Amino acid sequence: MANSKVTYTKEFFKGLWDENPILRMVLGTCPTLAVTTSAINGVSMGLAVIFTLVMSSLMISLMRKMIPNEVRIATFIVVIATFVTVADRIIAAFYPEISKSLGPFIPLIVVNCIVLARQEAFASKNPVGRSVIDALGMSIGFTLVLLVMGSFRELIGNGTIFAKQIMPLSFTPWMAVALQPGAFLTLGFMIGIANWINAKGK
Amino acid sequence: MNLILIFISAAIINNYVLVSFLGICPFIGVSKKLGSAISMGMATTFVMTITAAVAWLINKYFLIGLHLEFLEIVSFILVIASLVQLVEMFIKKVSRPLYDALGIFLPLITTNCAILGLALFMVMKQYNFIESIVYGFASGVGFTLALIIMAGIREELELADVPKHFKGAPITLIVASCLALAFMGFSGLI
Repeated sequence: MANSKVTYTKEFFKGLWDENPILRMVLGTCPTLAVTTSAINGVSMGLAVIFTLVMSSLMISLMRKMIPNEVRIATFIVVIATFVTVADRIIAAFYPEISKSLGPFIPLIVVNCIVLARQEAFASKNPVGRSVIDALGMSIGFTLVLLVMGSFRELIGNGTIFAKQIMPLSFTPWMAVALQPGAFLTLGFMIGIANWINAKGK
Repeated sequence: MNLILIFISAAIINNYVLVSFLGICPFIGVSKKLGSAISMGMATTFVMTITAAVAWLINKYFLIGLHLEFLEIVSFILVIASLVQLVEMFIKKVSRPLYDALGIFLPLITTNCAILGLALFMVMKQYNFIESIVYGFASGVGFTLALIIMAGIREELELADVPKHFKGAPITLIVASCLALAFMGFSGLI
């Protein structure tokens, strides 16, 4: 089954909906809540996670036969931390403004449950190709949720998406949606609605 | 006076869970029962206080001393992971009842982003040694406070008529939103 094209596609698409890390498994909620104050922040965070997750999965999958079982979590964390440092430095060097607005949440990708969970559940047990596809699907699924959430909160909280005015100027922005309560509320409703759609489809 | 301000600011005004969005995973996962919420809060406060002290020393004498700031993330996470392991062994040896009370919550703390967040924030805020310890302890108290409030509400929520698809995580997040709204009232206190 490992070589057929169908399973590769399936491996990729499961991350987008069926096993979406945020909506279905409720993992990685801290960065989701914290960085989605605007669409651009959400996408930058997503890109950082795509990089970290794909690179870590690639690395762990290559090393999976060499890692002793007892120290696997520690090994995963060191590998992840290394790639997060790389991502953090690159963002700080080339996009200082984004680095500033995401603050400590780039370094905190290290303890993002999604990244560690994929290493534990997938990359440490599967060949390189499948692990990378799985990592891509999962991190893109994560990014899509961040994009939707960031766009929604920016639209309602500020009247813009990607800093472009969308709402008519007469619209009074709901500041609370861009602040902390809005983050919890939006995510709560998104997960609830995802549950509802999923139950309806069955 | 300064220390009291740090304490109030970290525990209430910049509450880790409700204002800074750190430690949401245990906040949702372990807030079903009041008893386990208290244990988790105690374990986290304990580890946070020690982490604050150790991370300060590491940062001052190892990272800044040797100009290895780029190793910040890697060294902090390693220190936290081994610290949690050490604390677990120590408590098991010294106080069996405490060990049983904290139980499985101790190892879980390694992946609690509030701990790594604490170390990173602490470096950013450039506190001195004593201030760091107070900051670590206060953050833990704030975390515990949010967890206990949430657990209390969730025990009542069991009896409420929640729409089917909103049971579990969604309704918890929506309740957290109301709590966050309430905690926003504290901003500007200092």
